[in-house]
This record gives sequence, structure tokens and C-alpha cells, in this order.
Amino acid sequence: MLIKILGPGCANCANLERAARRAAADLGIDAQFEKVTDYPAIVGYGVMATPGLVVDEQLVLSGRVPTAAQLRELLATFVG
Amino acid sequence: MTIAERVRARTPVRRWGALTAAAIVWFALYEVNEPFWTWLVKDVVGLDLTSRLGSGVLFFVYDSVKIGLLLIGIIFVVTVARSFMNVERTRALLGGRREGVGNVMAAGLGVITPFCSCSAVPAFIGFVAGGVPIGVTMSFLIASPLVNEVAIALLFGMFGLGATVLYATAGLVVAVLAGFVLGRLHVERWVEPFVFETRLGGRLIDSSLALSWDDRIQMGVEEVVTILRRIWPYLLIGIGVGAAIHGWAPEDFFTRYAGADNPFAVLIAVAVGIPLYSNAAGVMPLVQALYDKGMPMGTLLAFMMAVVALSLPEMILLRRVLKPRLIATFIGVTGVGIVAVGYLFNAVIPS
Repeated sequence: MLIKILGPGCANCANLERAARRAAADLGIDAQFEKVTDYPAIVGYGVMATPGLVVDEQLVLSGRVPTAAQLRELLATFVG
Repeated sequence: MTIAERVRARTPVRRWGALTAAAIVWFALYEVNEPFWTWLVKDVVGLDLTSRLGSGVLFFVYDSVKIGLLLIGIIFVVTVARSFMNVERTRALLGGRREGVGNVMAAGLGVITPFCSCSAVPAFIGFVAGGVPIGVTMSFLIASPLVNEVAIALLFGMFGLGATVLYATAGLVVAVLAGFVLGRLHVERWVEPFVFETRLGGRLIDSSLALSWDDRIQMGVEEVVTILRRIWPYLLIGIGVGAAIHGWAPEDFFTRYAGADNPFAVLIAVAVGIPLYSNAAGVMPLVQALYDKGMPMGTLLAFMMAVVALSLPEMILLRRVLKPRLIATFIGVTGVGIVAVGYLFNAVIPS
């Protein structure tokens, strides 16, 4: 699984990455993480409010940092 | 573990019960704030409240708590209310709008859309790529920080409804007009070319969808914590300077140099305010202290707008998408609007 964190490096981007890493670890998912900080690339995913979360090239969330439980739920749908 | 998971207020009764209890505690604290500090400073510590030290100390502690309470209450309510709106929806509403109507809508949406100026660049690219005219986009970007919940909370708490409505209306008018003028100037030339080449890809998601009440409440609590954590140093410095002015500045110092008689007062206030990097929270205690010292309201509101709307860090961010000439024009047009508002208020409001 490839998880991309979209954002220019703000505090929320770091929070989102930390939460996503924890959620992936909780689920036992072997995920690769990548930061996307380039603005055209960020907007290319349709994100206008950072941070954004892209799982396997699909935008799943933008503009907020979800709870760990929500992230686990989100990521679980990509495993099944 | 997040707050919502820890509290587990999942049943409606417990959720609304907890909110009601929080509201009651909030009002109680707000009510006892002044009598408590007056009692502590005067009767327990034994300071004379008419002395410089006494009035300065009382101003500092009383104001810190009052502002803190107002911020907590209003940021929470506004965040929960705004969770029903999002940037994607705003862009969809503004896409293809003509200038004029578009500017008015953009300024209004700038107020109600949850938006952090840290997202100014992706939002700018997304708006422009989505067919929103540059001038309309600028109206949004000006209104959003100018008429924000922190400014509203503080103005309301310190000057009441009248000044708050005045400020919000003036902020909207400045945002509409400045955006309209920028659109008329055809500033597209001064936007970095890559913005027009960017294509909005992906499936746009509606980030307000599928939020439960618990999510919204939790977002409200988190926003309060995030904002307070970010602004408390500004707040304390602002209140400290305000307290110093309150206790020590000679009574007629500011009225002599920046009073209603000085025709350049508003101009100077805005020129000082633009490079000053603070936010509504840091400026407000200062504004109140200066008002108490007799500075006219129009000058002060113009000063506050200049500080809040135009800041160096945001300009540096926007430099990624705007060429220096456009940034200069943006500051110039907005600054002129704010100065005009200041003079207008000074002429209209009797001091």
C-alpha cells in the first residue's frame, strides 16, 4: 500500500502522517509513506485544503486530521 | 487516543448533557471573572486599584481570562457551525461566476468557509484552475482572515455588538472592492504561469460529508486547542503592552499624536499595521488600551484590519503563485481600502 501525505509541511501534515503510520501499524498493513509537498502535484489530486491523504493514488481525505479510529476504518477498506 | 475516544459521549443524552454542562461552566466563569480578580488584587494583595500598578495588574489578569474564555467559546461554536461548509463546496459555488456578484459571494463565503491561511496556495491554484476569476479568488482570500472568528470574538467581548457589526461589514466591503479592483486591473499577467497549467485532477471529495456530531464536536475542541496554542504568546504580549499603556502612558499621549485632529493618523496606523505580524488576538488588547486613552475607533479598526489582513508570512507564501508586482498591488489596493474605511468611521462615529 502506498500512502501519500499531501501538504507543504505544516503541523497538520505531520499530525496526519503520524496518525496514518499508527493506524497502518495497528492494522498490520505494510505501507510505504511518501510526502507530496509540490503545490501543482497537491492540487493535481484535487486538494485545496491541506493536509490531504492519498491511498494507492486515490484521494480519501482533505482539510482535516481524522481520529485514529477513522483512519483505521478508512485504511481497512483498502485491505479487504 | 483522541478526546472523543476518551470521553465516549456516544449517546445523544450524554453528548448534549456534556455540552450543556460545559456551557454553564463557561458562563459561570465569565461572570465571576471580574469580581474575583478585583477581590484578589484589591483585598488580598492590597493594591490600590486607582494606582498605576494596581490598575495595570488588574487589567492584565482580568483581560487574559476574559479573552481566553471568549476565544474558547466562540472558536468552538464557529468551528462546529463551519464544519457544514468546506473549500470544495465554496469553489463549486464560485466557479464561472461573473465579477461583481462573484466578489460579493466570495467575500461572504470567505467568512463562513473553514479555511486556514496555510492552505492559501493550494486554494488559490484550485480556484483559478476551477474557473474562478482571479479577482473573485482574491476577495475570498482577503475576507477569510479579515473577518475571522477570533477578531469577531474579541471585538464583541470588548466593544459590544455595534463595533463588531461595523468591523465585519467594513471587512466585507474592503474584500469585495479590493478583489473587484484587482480583477479590473487584469492582474492575470502577474500570476505565475504554472497556476494556469495546473489541472484539477482526482475525484474531489466533500470533506464535510460523513461527519457525525461527535466528529464536529471533537473538531471544535481540537480547533480551540490548536488556535490557543498558536496565539497565546501574541495574546500575552498584547495584553502586557496593553496593561503597560493602561497604567503608564500619559493620558493625552496618543490623542495628541494620533487623535481625531491628526489628519494622517489613519494613514500612519495602517502603515504601521501592515508589516506588524500579529493576529487579532495580539492586537485586540492594544486596541482596547488605546481606545481607553482616547484614540478614535476608526483609526483603531483600520490599524487592526491592516495587521490582520496583510501579513508578511502570508505574502511570502503567496509569492509561490503571485509575482511581486501583484503582491505589491494586492497590498496597495487592500491598504487603500482599509485607510478609506478608517477615515469613514472617524467621520461617522462621534468620539
